[in-house]
Amino acid sequence: MTTQATTQTTADVRPSARRNRRLAWMKDLVKDRWLYLMALPGILYFVIFKYVPMYGLIMAFQDFKPHLGFSGSPWVGFKHFQRFFGEEQFWMLFRNTSLLAVYNLIFFFPLPIVLALMLNEVRRERFKRFVQTLVYIPHFVSWVVVVGIFYILFTTEGGLVNEIVYALTGEKIPFLLAPEWFRTMIVSQSIWKEVGWGTIIFLAALAGVDLQLYEAARMDGAGRWRQLWHITLPAIRSTIVILFILRLGSFLDSGFEHIFLMLTSTNREVGEVFDTYVYIKGLTQAQFSYSAAVGMFKSAVGLVLVLGANWLAKRFGEEGVY
Amino acid sequence: MTQDKTWGNRIFDAVNYTLLMLTGLICIVPFIYVLAVSFTAPHIVAEGGFILYPKEFSLAAYEYIFSTNTLVRSLGVSIYVTVLGTFINLVFTALLAYPLSRPTLRGRKYILLGVLFTMLFSGGLIPTYYVVRSLHMIDSLWSLMIPSAISAFNLIVLKNFFQQIPEGLEDSAKIDGCNDVGILMRIVLPLSLPAIATFGLFYAVDHWNKYFHAIMYINDNTKWPIQVMLREIIINANSRIGDTSIDEMYIQPLTIKMAVIVFATLPIIVVYPFLQKHFAKGVMLGSVKG
Repeated sequence: MTTQATTQTTADVRPSARRNRRLAWMKDLVKDRWLYLMALPGILYFVIFKYVPMYGLIMAFQDFKPHLGFSGSPWVGFKHFQRFFGEEQFWMLFRNTSLLAVYNLIFFFPLPIVLALMLNEVRRERFKRFVQTLVYIPHFVSWVVVVGIFYILFTTEGGLVNEIVYALTGEKIPFLLAPEWFRTMIVSQSIWKEVGWGTIIFLAALAGVDLQLYEAARMDGAGRWRQLWHITLPAIRSTIVILFILRLGSFLDSGFEHIFLMLTSTNREVGEVFDTYVYIKGLTQAQFSYSAAVGMFKSAVGLVLVLGANWLAKRFGEEGVY
Repeated sequence: MTQDKTWGNRIFDAVNYTLLMLTGLICIVPFIYVLAVSFTAPHIVAEGGFILYPKEFSLAAYEYIFSTNTLVRSLGVSIYVTVLGTFINLVFTALLAYPLSRPTLRGRKYILLGVLFTMLFSGGLIPTYYVVRSLHMIDSLWSLMIPSAISAFNLIVLKNFFQQIPEGLEDSAKIDGCNDVGILMRIVLPLSLPAIATFGLFYAVDHWNKYFHAIMYINDNTKWPIQVMLREIIINANSRIGDTSIDEMYIQPLTIKMAVIVFATLPIIVVYPFLQKHFAKGVMLGSVKG
């Protein structure tokens, strides 16, 4: 009897608890109805323009024809991926993308740190702010303008730089067309545009350094270089590590618009990267499925790299970004 | 303090200040060159050489620009997209950021996760293009505004900013009979005006500089924004755009190219002082986690 009674009561309690919870849910939904209504356009935005395209990636496994739609297009499995990995182009894209990333890490990455350290040594606030004002400007200008200015300065047809080169050596250098100049131009443009902007995060980290540390070091007879080495650099060490790891995480993102603007028919063999290839194949040659497969490969590898980089950052005792 | 006056330190400072000055100049001189050439009489420019100020002042390039429909129209397109697009950005971002900043909102965590995930993985170019096409936005200026209505990064930063507003203010408003819409409009937004202004400027700069979306979604050259037009004018024959030629624009003197660059850059330079006041703060806000 007693056991029966207890089972009965628990059986009674459970659904009512569930009902209560559901009621609480409903009550909160009603209470916050305005908030949900406000969130609706934004949620719809993310669903339509971010999640529907993710769903659309199934076209990478189909021979997608726009007039047939997703349901009518035939499934082909990994055909497009196999074609992509089998193509010579794959290794060219891989090499171009990696080389640009490595060049950027070697030549671009250290410069904002150096510039931030130099700015940090300036005692005259006005001068410091003046220089900062100048070096931040290029960041806000479009790539079209940056590439345009470089084009006008470096073209062999009357470009200022080439006029100078000509006056000195008697020859002109095809900076914009020659494949061997492509990476140099890309990296220099990136440096010109972003080096100043890159200092912000380091300067912020440096602003937090206790000035007493420098005073104490001076008391102990440490010169400027030793102060730099023992106080300033350790203060931004973790920022450097984090940014370096993040940079590794976005290894495949080679600055699409920038490269796209610099590509010509003569430098494609060194300039074509995954993103530009997706654009050419997909939108100018209408190979939807194939280019979606290439794009998906890039996104997937990118995801693994970012998560790996984040994991690495945490292992280094940093906070991680996600 | 005496140490600061040693020879070593003086040389250090001299080298440091010189290098910094040089770096600053390298960043700004190209712009001055562009500006100077655009105001110089074409026959002086034709002689070549480095121009830092107009030896013979001329408005010929600008007169030419305003005499062509194409350039004036593309300036109009860019202004329209920037103003309306930024407005859409701010409305969409603020409307989603506010509910997400309420800690008691049910489902908040899932929405946030959903937003964060889009920063890690995306469907990519082709499926996104297909969505825009399915919505019949190709060749419509909406394609330059709606598909980029919210930046996930800005959204999260703004959400964190809203969270910092003392809750007591909102509670008291609620007691006074204000609903959530009223709280957002009368309390949260007025208190966040500096942040909203900063994001507005960042969004506006993005719209003004927009090039690739226009290349992708706009085939009709009467709807091209200034950046696309500039590209066409600088690189005469772009094999990728090919079919939409604007022949009368080709082979123009350098001054006109320069004047177009000035137009493509000017709004940025105008808002720059306002940007500079806020962006450091904006960048730093991003590091606040929530």
